[in-house]
Amino acid sequence: MTAMGLVHDATVPVPVRTGRSRVRRVVGAIPIGIFGLYVVAAVLGPLFVDYSPVGGDLADRLLAPGSVTSDGGTAVFGTDALGRDLFGQVLYGARTSVLIGTLVVLFSGLVGITVGTVAGYRGGTTDLLASRVIDVLLAFPGILLAIVIAGVFDRSLAIVVIALSVTNWIGFARLSRSMAMTLRERDWVKSATVMGVRRGRIIARHILPFIAGPTLALATIEFAGAILAEAALSFLGLGLPSASVSWGQTIASGKEYLASAWWIAAIPGTALAVLVICVGFTGDRLTRHFGRQQ
Amino acid sequence: MLPQLVRRLGLMLFTVWGAVSLTFVILRLAPGDQATVQLGPEATAADVAALRTELGLDRPMFTQYLDYLGGAMTGDFGESYRFRDSAMTIILDRFPATVVLALTATALALTVGLILGILAGRSPGRLADRVISGITLVMQAIPPFWSGIMLILLMALTLRLLPSAGSGDLEHLVLPAVTLAIPFAALIARITRSSVAEVTAEPYIQTARSKGLSERAVLSRHAIRNSVIPVVTMVSLHIGTLMGGAVIVEQVFAWEGVGSLLVSAVGNRDYAIVQGATVLFAIVVVTMNLLADVLNARLDPRIRAGVTS
Repeated sequence: MTAMGLVHDATVPVPVRTGRSRVRRVVGAIPIGIFGLYVVAAVLGPLFVDYSPVGGDLADRLLAPGSVTSDGGTAVFGTDALGRDLFGQVLYGARTSVLIGTLVVLFSGLVGITVGTVAGYRGGTTDLLASRVIDVLLAFPGILLAIVIAGVFDRSLAIVVIALSVTNWIGFARLSRSMAMTLRERDWVKSATVMGVRRGRIIARHILPFIAGPTLALATIEFAGAILAEAALSFLGLGLPSASVSWGQTIASGKEYLASAWWIAAIPGTALAVLVICVGFTGDRLTRHFGRQQ
Repeated sequence: MLPQLVRRLGLMLFTVWGAVSLTFVILRLAPGDQATVQLGPEATAADVAALRTELGLDRPMFTQYLDYLGGAMTGDFGESYRFRDSAMTIILDRFPATVVLALTATALALTVGLILGILAGRSPGRLADRVISGITLVMQAIPPFWSGIMLILLMALTLRLLPSAGSGDLEHLVLPAVTLAIPFAALIARITRSSVAEVTAEPYIQTARSKGLSERAVLSRHAIRNSVIPVVTMVSLHIGTLMGGAVIVEQVFAWEGVGSLLVSAVGNRDYAIVQGATVLFAIVVVTMNLLADVLNARLDPRIRAGVTS
């Protein structure tokens, strides 16, 4: 090491800490990596692994994880009561979860940001109206409204997305409302107003870009919530039509065989929990990142 | 405090009215009214029309709404077609079981959550804090219906310590209460952690330390007491989440409360029960939020005096 390097080391005690923070950064990136793997598995997995909810060989029913099936393959995660491969169910279930989570976040994010930004920017009656609607929706306990909506309407993808979005948009609305209220008072927004820029353009150019970061962090957390809620709905038998594969459905069917085949309920639940944990970690990191920026 | 309370009560009534009306709208938008659902696909058009007249479903929508609203005010949501009894009687019959479950879970969650939160919050960034943060994140990520099943697998089927399902005595209460408490305890721990961490950084804590108080005295006399207020606020805001969790947990453990009643009523399209139970849950949530406000005012002199912090 050169003298310059030594002097440098003495004044700025960085090197030791970079070593530790690099380890920490790598460890911190693991959940994001796993989250990415889930998305890849959800998108590409079904192209490589065949699975049909109506397929399944009764000769292969209730095989433990790692067993050899009658057609010579290996059931890594075991099979269920109808002889269907659990690995396929977990993979196709990931697709359902990621798809519904994404749709719910997109839909409720769009509604929430629109309502929140307009209410926060305009204030007055608009704001009051939005706040009262949110109050009413928050009176329903968590997933209850989703259960009622998904339960009384005919089962379909659209109904599940709507049922989960009915309360999901509130988080986005509250965040963008409070941010729009403070941004409204900032100098650049006031200048734009004085210069006669139209209201829609002010919101789009001078308010929305500042809401984007924190909203992304929130979207990650809401994505995890939507996945959990979808699993709960399909666990209750109120999710997607039974022809589709969903973790909640598999867990519910596994509950009946708990004493003889624990893996049917345990494995999809683990897949679900790991995904939600990783998304939660990612969301926490994003929140901290955008919190520091402000 | 009094004018605030009156304002809060007014808002609360408005919210309950909104919830009652929204329930009505959702059930009217659903395909097939109570008459077609009740009689099944084989019923003749004449039978359906007769039942519709009997149930008052052939009247104008607005009349039906006013009628429903009037009934809701006296707790009358009509008759359950499956139980052949007043929906409210059946719901209130099941209500105590839900209250017992929710209260036990809250007590458990508060105990565990406060301890974990204080342990983590008094030394932010230290090992204890990071371990507890990890644990609480996992506790929040595990869906209650699944942790319930895993607890059944472990405690009932493998260790044979507790019954797997049913309701009534204390033995049956343990698993559902623990299941429901897990995510709630994690939530309380996280809120307590940040609140304690924030308060410990305040100058008056430094003063308490520098005047030679023991760490225990600093925590118990100064830090924790002041950290409790945001915890009460946040916990009350999440009473709804807890009640929603109760609906699912009751279903998992066949606990005979309003939640499992509601889920089966949704499945059977027993609209009288669905309406009554949904409204009851909404009233519980709104009332708990109001109670929390009052409790907060008692804990925090600034709120009592009407000063906003």
